[in-house]
Amino acid sequence: MIFFKKYKLSFVLIFIVTLVAVGTYFFAFSNAKAKKPISYNKDIRPILSDKCFSCHGPDVNKMKAGLRLDIQEKAYAELPNNKGHYAIVPGSIEKSELIRRIESNDPNIVMPKPESHLARLTPAEINLFKQWVKEGAKYEKHWSFVAPQKTAVPKVSNTSWVKNEIDYFIAEKMEEKGLSPNKEAEKENLIKRAYIDLNGLPPAYTELQTWMSNKSENWYALLIDQLMNKPSYGEKMSVLWLDLARYSDSYGYQDDNIRTQWPWRDWVINAFNKNMHYDEFLTQQIAGDLMPNSNKETILATAFWRNHKYTEEGGVIEEEYRVTNNIDKTRTYGKAILGVTIECAQCHDHKYDPFSAKDYYQLYGFFNMSKEKGYEGDVSVSTPAKNPKLFISVEDRKNLLTYINTKDTNQLEVSVMGDTIRPTYLLSRGRYDAPADLVQPAALKSVMPFDTTKFERNRLGLAKWTVDKKNPLTARVFVNFIWQDIFGKGLVKTSGDFGLQGELPTHPELLDWLAVDFMEHNWDIKYLVKKIMSSATYTQSSIIEKQHLEKDPDNSYYARAPRIRLKAEFIRDWVLSTSGLLNNTIGGPSVKPYQPKGVWESTTSGRGQLAAYKQDHGDALYRRGMYTFIKLTAPPPSMMMFDASNRDQCEAKRSSTNTPLQALNMLNDPAVLEASRVLAQKLSSETGSIEDKIQKAFELILIRKPKSSEKDKLVGYYQDQETYFKSNKGLIQKTLSTGEYKTVQKDKNELEAAALMKTCLLLYNLEEAITKS
Amino acid sequence: MKEFIEHGLNQNRRKFLSKLSLGIGGMALGSLMIPGIFDASNEEDLFNNVLPHFAPKAKRVIYLFQNGAPSQLDLFDYKPMLQKMHGQDLPASIRGGQRLTGMTANQTKFPLAGTRFNFTQNQNTGAYFSETIPHIASISDDLCIIRSLYTEAINHDPALTFFQTGAQVGNRPSMGSWISYGLGSENKNLPAFTVLLSKGKGNGQGVYSKLWNNGFLDSIHQGVQFSSGEEPVKYLSDPEFIDRTDKRKMLDELADLNQESYKEIGDPEIVTKIQQYELAYRMQMEVPEVTSLQNEPESIVKMYGPDCLLPGTYAANCLLARKLSESGVRFVQLYHQGWDGHNNLPNELIGQCKDVDQPSAALIKDLKQRGLLDETLVIWGGEFGRTNYCQGALTKDNYGRDHHPRCFTIWMAGGGVKPGVYGETDDFGYNINTLPVHVHDFHATVLHLMGVDHEKFTFKHLGRRYRLTDVAGNVVKEIIS
Repeated sequence: MIFFKKYKLSFVLIFIVTLVAVGTYFFAFSNAKAKKPISYNKDIRPILSDKCFSCHGPDVNKMKAGLRLDIQEKAYAELPNNKGHYAIVPGSIEKSELIRRIESNDPNIVMPKPESHLARLTPAEINLFKQWVKEGAKYEKHWSFVAPQKTAVPKVSNTSWVKNEIDYFIAEKMEEKGLSPNKEAEKENLIKRAYIDLNGLPPAYTELQTWMSNKSENWYALLIDQLMNKPSYGEKMSVLWLDLARYSDSYGYQDDNIRTQWPWRDWVINAFNKNMHYDEFLTQQIAGDLMPNSNKETILATAFWRNHKYTEEGGVIEEEYRVTNNIDKTRTYGKAILGVTIECAQCHDHKYDPFSAKDYYQLYGFFNMSKEKGYEGDVSVSTPAKNPKLFISVEDRKNLLTYINTKDTNQLEVSVMGDTIRPTYLLSRGRYDAPADLVQPAALKSVMPFDTTKFERNRLGLAKWTVDKKNPLTARVFVNFIWQDIFGKGLVKTSGDFGLQGELPTHPELLDWLAVDFMEHNWDIKYLVKKIMSSATYTQSSIIEKQHLEKDPDNSYYARAPRIRLKAEFIRDWVLSTSGLLNNTIGGPSVKPYQPKGVWESTTSGRGQLAAYKQDHGDALYRRGMYTFIKLTAPPPSMMMFDASNRDQCEAKRSSTNTPLQALNMLNDPAVLEASRVLAQKLSSETGSIEDKIQKAFELILIRKPKSSEKDKLVGYYQDQETYFKSNKGLIQKTLSTGEYKTVQKDKNELEAAALMKTCLLLYNLEEAITKS
Repeated sequence: MKEFIEHGLNQNRRKFLSKLSLGIGGMALGSLMIPGIFDASNEEDLFNNVLPHFAPKAKRVIYLFQNGAPSQLDLFDYKPMLQKMHGQDLPASIRGGQRLTGMTANQTKFPLAGTRFNFTQNQNTGAYFSETIPHIASISDDLCIIRSLYTEAINHDPALTFFQTGAQVGNRPSMGSWISYGLGSENKNLPAFTVLLSKGKGNGQGVYSKLWNNGFLDSIHQGVQFSSGEEPVKYLSDPEFIDRTDKRKMLDELADLNQESYKEIGDPEIVTKIQQYELAYRMQMEVPEVTSLQNEPESIVKMYGPDCLLPGTYAANCLLARKLSESGVRFVQLYHQGWDGHNNLPNELIGQCKDVDQPSAALIKDLKQRGLLDETLVIWGGEFGRTNYCQGALTKDNYGRDHHPRCFTIWMAGGGVKPGVYGETDDFGYNINTLPVHVHDFHATVLHLMGVDHEKFTFKHLGRRYRLTDVAGNVVKEIIS
């Protein structure tokens, strides 16, 4: 939320930016040209996809002039409307109509047509096409639909830097760009980073000291292992999956009532903690109810599908929402697991990717067999789960589902999967009331054939197809999500779209190497995470030098470690944990911490259990951020301000903004104020000089020792505050009574505690406090 | 290759911003100064997103959303035929194949319900107004009334979502987010897109934050909820033990320490952080000024009615909408619940109108007297219409009406629209006779009034270019002055 209006300036800016950009681009192009022959996948297909496929691509209904450019034979064929002419004649620029069209200045001839609002090709792009045609106009299958291969690691000159295979791939590109890596990060930085990436929590003061004084050679490997074995590892890893799986605590449409999907959330945490391998993790969630050894635990896993919204609005048409819910499942499967956007094919053949409407409904067919109804009645007859349901008794929790954490002695109910026999029809234009041809369930054949001798035509077959080692997408997509979680962006930046319109990987060979290596290690997630975190790429410093900003401002070549603001949930965790307030209970029903007044009340219709926000008290106020109750229609504001997913749909990547509302939140959120107060009181009750206390607060929050200049400033600030409170004695008590937490010990020195409280608040508001660096 | 272009652009925009002494840390600032530039993956998006595309008629929008769907037949679309045929069945030929909601699908009869209210007609424009909205009737010379809106959705959630985001389902950006993204704010201390919520006494349908969500646009374009109460924006108020001088001191200290770490680490985001804290500080000064209604003169209070001093009422929100808009907020989105008259409609309608009529009219008059109406587009309407036949028991003066997507009325004022009546429904008020206006057409028209070509205004997300109007929409040129 930045509020500027500068039209005139922006015009000028854009003009100049473009001039310079075009210049840079020509330069870049001439470099590229000198180097390698044209690659269809890298050079040509992105342009075709962007500029041509909407009329000359996979969507046969929208095809113009009978020309398809996405398939080699069709592109080479005689033009149906222009006999004797050919769009592409390999080797001949002169005979290729495509070249004439993209070069023409005649608005009636030029492609793309002006009315498409697609800008014409740049001279450099035209040259690429010419060279490609000259070199034989060779087509290639889309890179991500070809199974990954493990190539030998490249040769690099900086052999002293590399720690594992990852670094060879990174160094090769870096050297190509004339960049050199940063030196190794400071030890305290590495500790902070590892805690964030593996636990989403800061090290406790004593833990920090222990690791700092650990002089063993393999201390870092030990640290990783230890953090991976803490239960908070599962919590940290789950947040990524909860975004993809659109987890929430309410049904999401306008009369937004409570539901009980949290036992599934606890299943996820437990799965990560026991290091369930990714193939098993997926299989149970996709088809846990259909597995030969299925039990309540594997059935619980299938609640994954049922996390989507569920309407309780009076008077809806049941079938319309049953279809809507299955469309959501199909989209989630595509984006979260295969990294493709298939929803376009819901209404028409996909315009860019080789997915027909029939392919779409075949995939949809797996979910269409679910027994569920689209509507079970309005909010007045609401239940915590919708059919089919899994009932979890106290017995079940004692024996099998021991990680489900609730004192509630009633049996729990969770929405899960269960199939029936239901035929699937292709729905014309995606409309629930326009069924057309009957289709058989099958997975996307252009990704990998769905061989029915190996795969059943149900979700179990789909699960097997998904985790088949020949599937070109599953491993790549997951490896990329993990990379994104650690580095802030994926090797494929469009982590939810590996299709033709998605971005190309910055390091394709590395992505493939990691994907194959991951599968070779039986989809072992801890192995993968450790591999990445053990690389020199990860352990280098995050200092940003001039060369970085000039040559690689976006850090696409990893010549430095990233600096990333913590995710919303982990900001909360950081504040609670460093202040000592954190309640580290794992799982259970979500909780309702402090929240500004009226967030639920101002939006509700007044119906349902969630009309008014009933804030929790006591211990429940200090649970980790991931347990904050998510009411879909009014999600927790502090989380939303820090770019948390609104969980409305599968979300592959959060944005990372830097806004004034975030500043207001960190300065005025009662949770931060309370944590500052509690931490200050704790420090104040300890022995030692005020300098020591301030230093300790600094180390607790920033995970490093302050420089003397920093310490001087903070002590100066503290002294100012002391003076301030001396002349405003009435404010001391107010400062020390912020928040509901009752400090047991009476403050020995209230003035000191109050002035320290302000100092702690200041520390929490430093940029570095909530940044992984 | 795309990678190269992007790379070039990135480098150069950074050089620029640093020359403008915003520092590279001004990145986020820049994204609104130069709308879309950071998302432009090629020069085409860059050029298409230079906004406005042409001279705008409206600089700002105030959208008074009547959530729950007010009955057009009892407010604007006068049908004597229904009164004549009161109690008789809706002819099947008129109903056609219109699908029904689950609430009336099982009804065996569809008895027509004539309005219980008297109507007056504006002699200049021909527009009708029921006796429940005398204040709105009194400004009818300024109103452009469209009686031929239609939609496909028949339930509240998808219909509202459609009106606000251009799609019935999906996590797409709200209209206000699109405008924020495209045009930014006129006031650097206030967000471009603000949201105000209120509730009437009638049968209510909730709202949900997805309606003002940024979808795939950057979250800075999300609607920011405002109110006229103690805390107009969430987390805006300092705790009682921190005063302004004290806060200033803290910010100076923060800036000093952050600056020190910037020198060492070199991350431009640190500079941005310092700037955002300053902006937050300025917001804390400006927002309470704008949202305080206490200093409004007696004449204004009289105009909007005494409720305008009660935070959270529709009247207070209309007044607040004027103040925010006047201060340069590009898009003020208001929602008022309570119009869902499935039964006891006439009595609920009277109550709703009592809350809504006077302040709605006052807003138009107030903008006009300030010379702001010409450049401010005010929109008033719901997510669909209501049926001409009765839901539930029909008596002489009481009835309910179900959801009706095939025709309904909205009105607009100011911002370059031509006063008058547009479109006509049949004698039963069931189907559109002339000049239908689809929700996509409505969006295209509003964007056009803002100087934006809805076909060019795109955002590329996961490989597809999205528009507010999806793949449809025609500007309704006839209503533009």
